[in-house]
Amino acid sequence: MSAENHINESILNDEIREHQRENRIDHMTYLPDMEDIGSEVMDKVIAEMDRYDYDSYTEADVRRALVKESRSLEDFKALLSPAAMPLLEEMAQAAQAETRKHFGNSIAMFTPVYIANYCENYCIYCGFNCHNKIKRAQLDEAEMEREFAAVAETGLQEILILTGESRKKSTVEYIGKACQIARKYFRVIGLEVYPMNSDEYAYLQTCGADYVTVFQETYNSDKYETLHLAGHKRIFPYRFNAQERALMGGMRGVGFAALLGLDDFRKDAFATGMHAYLLQKKYPHGEIAFSCPRLRPIINNDKINPMDVHEAQLLQVVCAYRLFMPFASITISSRECARVRDNLVQIAATKISAGVSTGIGEHGDDVADRGDEQFEISDGRSVNEVYHALESNHLQPVMAEYIYV
Amino acid sequence: METRVDSKKDTWKLGDHTFTSRFILGSGKYSLDLIRAAVEHAGAQIVTMALRRANEGGLANILDYIPEEVAVLPNTSGARNAQEAVRIARLAREVCGSDLIKIEIMRDTKYLLPDNYETVKATEILAKEGFTVMPYMYPDLNMARDMAEAGAACIMPLGAPIGSNKGLCTKEFIQILIDEIDLPIIVDAGIGKPSQACEAMEMGAAAVMANTAIATSGDIAAMAGAMKLAVEAGRAAYLAGMGSVRAKGGSASSPLTGYLRD
Repeated sequence: MSAENHINESILNDEIREHQRENRIDHMTYLPDMEDIGSEVMDKVIAEMDRYDYDSYTEADVRRALVKESRSLEDFKALLSPAAMPLLEEMAQAAQAETRKHFGNSIAMFTPVYIANYCENYCIYCGFNCHNKIKRAQLDEAEMEREFAAVAETGLQEILILTGESRKKSTVEYIGKACQIARKYFRVIGLEVYPMNSDEYAYLQTCGADYVTVFQETYNSDKYETLHLAGHKRIFPYRFNAQERALMGGMRGVGFAALLGLDDFRKDAFATGMHAYLLQKKYPHGEIAFSCPRLRPIINNDKINPMDVHEAQLLQVVCAYRLFMPFASITISSRECARVRDNLVQIAATKISAGVSTGIGEHGDDVADRGDEQFEISDGRSVNEVYHALESNHLQPVMAEYIYV
Repeated sequence: METRVDSKKDTWKLGDHTFTSRFILGSGKYSLDLIRAAVEHAGAQIVTMALRRANEGGLANILDYIPEEVAVLPNTSGARNAQEAVRIARLAREVCGSDLIKIEIMRDTKYLLPDNYETVKATEILAKEGFTVMPYMYPDLNMARDMAEAGAACIMPLGAPIGSNKGLCTKEFIQILIDEIDLPIIVDAGIGKPSQACEAMEMGAAAVMANTAIATSGDIAAMAGAMKLAVEAGRAAYLAGMGSVRAKGGSASSPLTGYLRD
């Protein structure tokens, strides 16, 4: 199966196939309200990703990359190639050494808090998409207070605030209010919300947010177009440049991710790393973070796909990120099971969520109108359980790594 | 007769604080419950701590783990400019109840190299506010002079990129600071093994700071103890007066001035 046609079929159904045949707006053209910062980063990343021929790398290329002290884009390509698969143990050991050098045994803890799940996008793989008939909800200010207080009670000092991507329902002002309330309970606030303009990021920074994470999902714009059928998210370049606008708006750090398995994961992981690399070079003060979500391979599918992301491939990507950008934070999602997460934090991941709920208002007890969850989590351990699991692996849980100034 | 290496008399000062130990222990990058053992083995009187790691109670609050008898030296890591460092320093004074502050200003997340220019500015503001200011810097004589002029209590040049364990890559420049600046010079960052700590002390550094070297060792308390011994050995050697080292071969008694006796 070629990279062009690859798709994880678990996300398709007849309704989606029908929608895919309809006429759709051009995904490469900005909509009227979208700020165009005229950045050169996207063109560079896409051109290099297109040139990346991962089958051309050999085991010797991988070994050379492993022993280097600082690694180039070429080394990163080798580390993400199939030739690296037999060297996973060596990669993991090298990645662990880099992690310890830069982070010691510290692992940051946080939890995502979903304050709304209204969404105007139609992303065919997502539980929040606007055609999905789920229970929608949005926390009001009193509910946010209760929700944040309940999370703070667990001992966490960092949260990631999420909304579905609805500018109409979850306005910038609404998100700003959430940040202001969260500041009363937490020291570090990250946002995973719809991409916005730099002045809006600047406003949210003054409200207390320091970090912005935006998942590009896939860097293959043709594939992106077939997966994101409607909504603001459909506009590929506006989403791509979100991290740069966030840094321009004064955010301390930005997070990157491809949803591995949507398209050719090796190319997507490469583009994710290069995207982060170029932005750190352009904004040297910017903190860089990676997340590593994946679509699981379809179990019992008779078509074994070479581009499926199994645990070994996930480990390869995580290690490649660490070896290429040793100073970057790497978050490991609760979509992965406790066994995978507990091992990845010993190798290369430096941040782990705990006490996770992807529904709306599930931390506070008395929120009446709960919204449905975005995806099922595989690691449902509480903050306390994750904390002690880290300690028993001789890792030091860290509740806050930054001061909002 | 009093020896020159009596460690009880060999004190050094930071502002109004007097110390006998010349090894400053870092507290990041290893488990909090090992800090006490590391302090004891290191004989440390000063422990540095990132204010960003200090919570107000709750889980994993580093302040709960630093022994009472040592001076806490909060640093401003996370600051990207002078203004942010000043704000963090003021917070640190509230949280730690101490006027000691180590200024760390980085605007590069890749190498974490200190920004000397912003550090001079922060030093000036904080010294005026009564802090005992300890600027972490890239060893540049002109900037060190500016920091001294601005009221720094010491100068803390890096030996190598932080966390690299590469030792005294900047040795020549640190020596210039030791020779020219009339403040304690504390080598901070890069010290990867006891021999390098010893070498810095032999050069005349007032103290040495290490963190990663200990945090990434096989036995944190044991390595803290090894650092203590190395620092003491280097200090004793410095006070004894180092013997000179010949570039090669032995030396003729007086090849150039022998004619004076002819």
